[in-house]
Amino acid sequence: MEKYQLLFAVLFQLAQLVLVVVFAPLLTGWVNQCQAWLQNRSGAGVLQPYRVLRKLFSKDAVIAHNASPLFRVTPYIVFGCMWLAAAIIPIIAVDLPFSMAADVIALVGVFAVARVFISLAAMDIGTAFGSMGARREMLVSFLAEPALLMVFFTASMISHSTQLPVIVDTLAHHQFVLYPSLAFAALAFLMVLLAENARIPVDNPSTHLELTMIHEAMILEYSARHLALIEWASSLKLFAYITIGIALFLPHGIAEVGNWAGLPLAIVALLLKLVLAGAALAVFEIVSAKLRIFRAPEFLATAFLLAVLGLLIHFLLGA
Amino acid sequence: MIDLQLLALLLAPLLGGALLAVFGSRKWAAELNSLMSFFTFAASVILTMRVIDSGPQVAFHEQFFIDQFNVFLVALTAFVAFTTSLFSRPYMRIEQHHGKLTTGMLHLYYSMYQMFTFAMLVALTTNNMGIVWVAMEAATLTTVLLVSLYRTPASLEAAWKYFILCGVGIALALFGTILLYFAAERVLGEGGTALLWTHLNEVKGELEPTVLKLAFVFLLVGYGTKVGLVPLHSWLPDAHAEGPTPVSAVLSGLLLNVALCAVVRSKVLVDGSLGTHFAGYLMMGFGLLSVVVASFSLFRQKDIKRMFAYSSIEHMGLITFALGMGGPVATFAGMLHMTVHSLTKSAIFFAVGHAVQKSGTQVMENIRGMLQVSPTVGWGLAIGTFAILGMPPFGVFASEFLIITTAMHEYPWTTPFLLIALGVAFAAIFGKIQPVVFGETTAKRLPHSPALIPVFVHLLLVLMLGLYMPPYLADWYRQAAALLG
Amino acid sequence: MQTPFLLQFINLLAALLLLIAFAMLTQRRILSLINLFALQGAVLSLSTFVVAFSTSQHHLYYSAGLTLLLKVLLLPWLLHRLIRKLNVRWDVETLINIPTTMLVGISLVIFSFNLAAPIAQLSEGLTRGLIGIALASVLLSLLMMLTRRKAVSQVVAFLSLENGLFFAATSATQGMPLVVELGIALDVLVATFIFGIFFFQIRETFDSLDIAHMEKLKDD
Repeated sequence: MEKYQLLFAVLFQLAQLVLVVVFAPLLTGWVNQCQAWLQNRSGAGVLQPYRVLRKLFSKDAVIAHNASPLFRVTPYIVFGCMWLAAAIIPIIAVDLPFSMAADVIALVGVFAVARVFISLAAMDIGTAFGSMGARREMLVSFLAEPALLMVFFTASMISHSTQLPVIVDTLAHHQFVLYPSLAFAALAFLMVLLAENARIPVDNPSTHLELTMIHEAMILEYSARHLALIEWASSLKLFAYITIGIALFLPHGIAEVGNWAGLPLAIVALLLKLVLAGAALAVFEIVSAKLRIFRAPEFLATAFLLAVLGLLIHFLLGA
Repeated sequence: MIDLQLLALLLAPLLGGALLAVFGSRKWAAELNSLMSFFTFAASVILTMRVIDSGPQVAFHEQFFIDQFNVFLVALTAFVAFTTSLFSRPYMRIEQHHGKLTTGMLHLYYSMYQMFTFAMLVALTTNNMGIVWVAMEAATLTTVLLVSLYRTPASLEAAWKYFILCGVGIALALFGTILLYFAAERVLGEGGTALLWTHLNEVKGELEPTVLKLAFVFLLVGYGTKVGLVPLHSWLPDAHAEGPTPVSAVLSGLLLNVALCAVVRSKVLVDGSLGTHFAGYLMMGFGLLSVVVASFSLFRQKDIKRMFAYSSIEHMGLITFALGMGGPVATFAGMLHMTVHSLTKSAIFFAVGHAVQKSGTQVMENIRGMLQVSPTVGWGLAIGTFAILGMPPFGVFASEFLIITTAMHEYPWTTPFLLIALGVAFAAIFGKIQPVVFGETTAKRLPHSPALIPVFVHLLLVLMLGLYMPPYLADWYRQAAALLG
Repeated sequence: MQTPFLLQFINLLAALLLLIAFAMLTQRRILSLINLFALQGAVLSLSTFVVAFSTSQHHLYYSAGLTLLLKVLLLPWLLHRLIRKLNVRWDVETLINIPTTMLVGISLVIFSFNLAAPIAQLSEGLTRGLIGIALASVLLSLLMMLTRRKAVSQVVAFLSLENGLFFAATSATQGMPLVVELGIALDVLVATFIFGIFFFQIRETFDSLDIAHMEKLKDD
């Protein structure tokens, strides 16, 4: 029996590994489609990201003459980081073999590695836009990261662990139905999610307007398969963030330790949550206006404040 | 019986407020105002006799409580309110004559004056710490519109400041009251009795000290704002300088006392609960700071009402200090000082009001030679100034002397501060008032005669308290001092 | 006595109250400020209602109803009317340095939680920690009063301060005596009317509702 369990676990882990990388663009497509509907457009369909990826992979890459090897390897590193992150987050079951590596602080580190590389690569060619984008990205992430850590700390304080599976396990069985501290943390997390994934109101993923773009400015020099990998990595990152959010704030329905029978239900619950989260994200983006770049620190300071408040309230109320 | 007497005391100003709200524009409104104030005063005298005869009493399901301490303030309040209403009758007529006030404004003034008296009397006599708060807030609200009565930019600014600062202060006091209730309900149980001072006083030893400590800080800061304790005093000079003079007189002479009464009531509870002198020390600290800061601020003043407002801060600081020290002598001295300060300061404001009317300005440099313009106003101002500066043989000297000797005995390190502050205050006020009274002037005598009977009545009482204190009065003070411990 | 769910619900409402206090601190539009104030009143009323339900104290139902009537309906309506009449409906205030204000706010929260910690130790169950939150929202409203230059927003800050106090009175101590609550409500109502009178007087005199015009009185 023990042996089978291990086998099951490894199989599921592998399945998650493959499924996240396959279905992450679908989530991006779903968010875009929802936005299109909300804007009264017919939209390109949920499969559009796949078409874009196929198109990009079939083209020949053009690389600047002065590009260093760093520029070439960055897409692979970024893609690898995001894949790793998305694969180890416990989304359907808490005791998969890899998920023991899913320490929240390590996750923040993995995201940071990707960010450092992409910023370096943006500055590698030496164009003005690349450097500007890198600088803005650093400004945003420098403010977003502490807020994200605070959110994680709040959850960790409740479950006495920084291991994501343990946190999820605790929160899924908590004695409290409503954690006031987590409500604050959730709000802060949403704001960080928007900032880190280059969404409105901090950045706009579908603009190439030089005054406002952040993420797009960094990847202007990439083309073909490199660009495809980076776009794919962005999808994975959004997927990872949304699943972290689900794991922290809506863990109900996840399969508990040893409860393999709960898996089908867990998968259905996860799909439902993803669909709803994507739609909610779209609504949120539609109703908010893009902030001026100088207002971004204010936005992130608010996120940080909310996260700290959550932590404080946890201390005061013990909940 | 006590119910009836208390009812008379509270009903007189309430009825007065209602009547004046209807008839405030009539010609005889001023007389009606004085009459209602006289009824209030008469009721307070009867109540005082009763309390002196038969000791502390509760009334109306224990919601009201009268002992020697607050009945003395009740009598003082009713008396000064009565004399101020006498003073304001001709004063306000002259203001109206000068075109500074309209009949509508006077209407507001008369009805609010009575409501203000009512709010103060409720704050003094109630046994419920929550009602104390409500009444204090009501007293603020009634006076806010009086401060801005002239509708000048300066008076509006003063009233706004007064409203906002006292509003915030009083809100903090409410938080203190809530904390007090929080501590009390564990001992007395939920419901009506947990905020009654008499009940709290009985069980003060069982109240949770940590909560009470915090509660007292809030109560002191909150009601202290109304007392005008530094550093929360900035509303006070503005409100006194820009409001009509009768309002300055009652604010300075009465409202500050009432707020201080609330602080003292809380202090008794808190120190009883803690078994230490925590609340007393805090009061002494704030009091000493107020005395020092206010007396040094006196030098910079150019506006005569503003200067006497700072003098009020100084004296309230001194009283707070004395009551904070505690003990029979200091408390006795503090209460005596409350009395003489109220009487003297309101007398000074009466005289100042007429002086300002005669010279048409509040800037002291332009008020000169009051003795030549009007001997009564001049002498009233001069004698009042002498009295407030603590010159013997006035009562202020007696109380200040008692406070300082007690301080020398109990807390010697405070005496240099007190002496220097009083010296500075003396130099500042005397230096500025001397030319106002005795200087040369070109001003003409004005046709209307001032109503200065209240001034001299007050000053005579202060003189009497300095020279000879009737034994029953001393006895009464002593009993009250014993209640506060 | 109480189901844990209600306890958590009150805690959540308390947290929400604090959140709204922060939102008001950083809100630039006067109109939104008033709406936030109404929302705060609604949360307050709801929490009072829940406390009334869980402790079965009947007079708290009156308090909850009173709050609903006064702070959710009447006062916001009056304020809306007022800003429409004064024509400051779309006024936007220039707030200096919101992040700094928020940091100060956070330190105030830490300060008050720290101050209330010994009290939280004393009490069990429902009231635990609520005093701290009430104190924090009172202090935040005070901070808001200090940072505002417009008369209307200062008044909203004053009223929200009152809300914090009311929360302390009803939820943290499980209800003051009704007579006190009634008195407080009456005072707040009268205060608002007087504020309204003031607005007109101030605007008549200074042609604006900016407090900056009212810094003439100094000691010299």
